[in-house]
Amino acid sequence: MCLGIPMKILELDGDVGLVEINGVKTHINTSVIENATIGDWVIVHAGFAIEKLEEDEAKSTIDLLKEAELI
Amino acid sequence: MNYKKIDPVLIDQLKNFSSEKQIRIMEVCGTHTVAIHRFGIHKLLPECVKLVSGPGCPVCVTPDSYIDEAVFLARSGCKITTFGDMIKVPGSKTNPEDSTRCSLDRERAAGNDIKIVYSPMDALKIAENTDKEVVFLSVGFETTIPGIAVTVKKAKEKNITNFSVLTSNKIVPPALSALIDDQSMIDGFLLPGHVSTVLGRTGYSFMEKLKVSSVIAGFDPLDLVSSILLLLSLIKKEDYTVVNNYQRAVREDGNPVARKIIDEIFRADEVEWRGIGVIPGSGLSLRDEYKAWDARHKFDIKIDNVYDNTGCRCGEVLKGLIDPPECQMFRKICHPDNPVGPCMVSQEGSCSAWYWYG
Ligand code: SF4
Repeated sequence: MCLGIPMKILELDGDVGLVEINGVKTHINTSVIENATIGDWVIVHAGFAIEKLEEDEAKSTIDLLKEAELI
Repeated sequence: MNYKKIDPVLIDQLKNFSSEKQIRIMEVCGTHTVAIHRFGIHKLLPECVKLVSGPGCPVCVTPDSYIDEAVFLARSGCKITTFGDMIKVPGSKTNPEDSTRCSLDRERAAGNDIKIVYSPMDALKIAENTDKEVVFLSVGFETTIPGIAVTVKKAKEKNITNFSVLTSNKIVPPALSALIDDQSMIDGFLLPGHVSTVLGRTGYSFMEKLKVSSVIAGFDPLDLVSSILLLLSLIKKEDYTVVNNYQRAVREDGNPVARKIIDEIFRADEVEWRGIGVIPGSGLSLRDEYKAWDARHKFDIKIDNVYDNTGCRCGEVLKGLIDPPECQMFRKICHPDNPVGPCMVSQEGSCSAWYWYG
């Protein structure tokens, strides 16, 4: 249940970010990370970004989670 | 089994690790549990190392009484909003019509208002658009708590008075201390990845004083194997420095913004962990300024005496004292379609991981 999924911030309006996962766009809250910026990769858990992440790490984590059938 | 991502040299190192003393290590993260079983990492361990699963899944450590409280509120006409994982967890109260145990799933089938949400913020939005009392089931560890804190703060700012949370949140460090004090005999911990994102490496500095080795680990099979090897070498050297082997996502001091908001909304309290009991300081209650959003303050929740006569051994599983197949009900009576305990309900529960992957 503590699983965080890497997502990329596509748009940002205040502390609400638009992200995409598996082709589905959704809104997340970015108020608990510092200086959220469009283009950032973030770990998203229960609708909140909890940490930033490098792009290559984000992509390899997504691959792993898919392989482990966790997403 | 899938070892393709792990360097064969590491696999050999692990298989050939030797120790005169039997070593017990514990993972305390449901996602680690699933990954370890999915990739068969526990099967690579030598005889002298036993890897056990601890209380790493928030759903599994939620006590019966909490489900009973949620069922009481649902039957009182509240709209219950919850993460999907909680829906099948059995409570203790029997259903009057057929004397089976209650669950939110059954309440929903009986016509009570139960809604699965992805985020606590979704629950708040629901409250904004209804006159009904909306209760959010506030479970989860450090990863989940900051979002719940932000949501409660928003509810107060916007004065949304038909929203409240039923808390059973848990924080990991006091549980680790309790396990070290207990009879679990753990020599070292694989610390959770995403919980540590919030806590940081420094959040575990107490482990050094308790003289137990620990490594913060990621979820990749390579991460897990290298973290286990690292942990074993620390244990052998009696080195109790907390090692961060997941620096890509976990900073030294974690996420201070997230911790600040938790502290603003919640205060430390005792809370019951299923199978382990009440651990002082391991739970969170809303601060007095936020009492109006506390479901226990708002509603006069009455639950009967809680009893557990199912024979479920989740408690022992959660302390790493038995592996799920040692439970007589495992696979025979208890399986994901008919879960007796929460460790079989949750996808990240140990019993479920053993059921699907062995
Ligand atoms: S197999 Fe079922 S009954 Fe046994 S401990 Fe696990 S959840 Fe409980």
